[in-house]
Amino acid sequence: MESTIIKSIGYNAYFGTNHVVKNVNMEIARNKAIAVMGPSGCGKTTFLRGINRMHELIPDATANGQILLDGEDVLEMHPIFVRLKIGMVFQRPNPFPNLSIYDNVIAGYLLNGIKLPKAEKDIIVEKSLTKVALWNEVKDSLVKKGSFLSGGQQQRLCIARAVAMEPEVLLFDEPTSALDPISTSTVEELFHELKRNYTLIIVTHNMQQAARVSDLTAFFYMGELVEYDDTKVMFTNPKDSRTQNYITGRFS
Amino acid sequence: MDKSLNNENITRSSLKLERVIVSDKTSSIVKGAKRIRRSQQQIRTESIFKNTLVIISIFIIVVVFAILLTLFWQSIPAIKLTGISYLWGKVWDPVKDVFGVYPFILGTLLTSFLALIISIPFSFSVAIFLGEYFPKGTLSDLLKNTVELIAAVPSVIYGFWGLAVLVPIVRGFEAQIGVQTIGLGIFTSSVILAIMIIPYAASLGRSMIQMVPSNLKEAAYALGATRWEVIRSIIFPYTKSGLFAGVMLSLGRALGETMAVTMVIGNTSLIPKNIFSPGNTMASVIANEFTEADHPVYLSALIELGLVLFVVTVVINMIGKRFIKGFSNT
Repeated sequence: MESTIIKSIGYNAYFGTNHVVKNVNMEIARNKAIAVMGPSGCGKTTFLRGINRMHELIPDATANGQILLDGEDVLEMHPIFVRLKIGMVFQRPNPFPNLSIYDNVIAGYLLNGIKLPKAEKDIIVEKSLTKVALWNEVKDSLVKKGSFLSGGQQQRLCIARAVAMEPEVLLFDEPTSALDPISTSTVEELFHELKRNYTLIIVTHNMQQAARVSDLTAFFYMGELVEYDDTKVMFTNPKDSRTQNYITGRFS
Repeated sequence: MDKSLNNENITRSSLKLERVIVSDKTSSIVKGAKRIRRSQQQIRTESIFKNTLVIISIFIIVVVFAILLTLFWQSIPAIKLTGISYLWGKVWDPVKDVFGVYPFILGTLLTSFLALIISIPFSFSVAIFLGEYFPKGTLSDLLKNTVELIAAVPSVIYGFWGLAVLVPIVRGFEAQIGVQTIGLGIFTSSVILAIMIIPYAASLGRSMIQMVPSNLKEAAYALGATRWEVIRSIIFPYTKSGLFAGVMLSLGRALGETMAVTMVIGNTSLIPKNIFSPGNTMASVIANEFTEADHPVYLSALIELGLVLFVVTVVINMIGKRFIKGFSNT
């Protein structure tokens, strides 16, 4: 029996008076890859940013309802602890330009003021970079700045940075939309590896990507969670006519 | 810039010509750029406009260099009399034609750097408050406008305020710590200067902090960083050269400030013993003694002091600009 890690109950998110995520109820099982798709402005990214409380960093942004992480409501927790348990990877690769590749991987520890012994840092760096299949490419240039890497490598470095914190859930906000096709497929392959240890929630604009990488797919439309089901079912036999219209390309 | 202006001109006149051509059926077969027939008049207007801009620009450059040249020219009698020892001579006695400006250089540097030390915590706080914590809102608008107002207040008013309010306070403080109770002096000037230079570092710092890409800040927040950790580890490293440039601009302003300082520094040509001693800055000496300069060498010595001040401020400003440039390139 698979266990639930995240459970959203009646979650709403607003920008000022603009209601962008409407009453989302969703259960996410551990060690699965969940794709969240939908047309632009459907609230999928806002929902994702709500899970690790990034949503409220924007002035005027508010949220209500419940999002349970292992039974604990993240909206009641201090955002710092939420974000330590739920890592995030962004649309554009954003390694810290003033830090070396090595320091970028352990940036989470540096930022939180945790002093680790050198040996332990070395282990974390090697392990995290290995997990994102970047170790062999950069092991001889760890002291170089992270911004010297290619876009795809930078994005994998950002995933490594999130993985280094040993979170339970990893959120991906359109992680490949700024990457070339080859880098995209490298990152997609990573998802299969990563879901052994983490639960992945991947917002994507790209339906083929959702079909390729996810176990379950959620379809958002106009702020509502329209349909949430097994990926195969979603793409072969959608129940809602709006889902059908979206996957057949009637609107995007 | 130049190019886009030209393009606009061409489109506009081609539209005008088009209308003419449409009505004239015989020439409607002429297409594209061939339609544009520039009159001699249009081309002449363009070159007159361009030449005017060039002349005005050159004029401004010439004026600044003329000031520098005049300062140098007028300083020659003093330079001939005292030579390079002018810069470190410790005695300023115009009656005996002894001109040493060391006390004034010392006074200028002391007041300016002390002012900088006092003002930096304030200006950086304002910059962080407005740039990162509260970029919008009533309180921020009030703070922003108030800080801008600081720069707009005429310096003579700061001088008055200093004499009326600050001098008695400093005098009381001096009595408590047991130094001579004059109230006027280096320290009082520094406090006044510190207030006056807050806006320069604060507003440059604010715009630099606002320029920090939000995706870097978000990356840090997503790793569980607190606001303070984001400021310390992301914003400071990213903006340090910009913040430093703001400090240099503040310093440039402090070095040259005349009126307020002259009113509260105590105006003595002796070397200050400590930061509570009265003294003089280069600018305050010039302001105070220019009207009293009763013989040509005295006048020339004051002008040479102006030259020294000019060069120092220009160098400080150039260093500041260099840092801003370095910042915007990365």
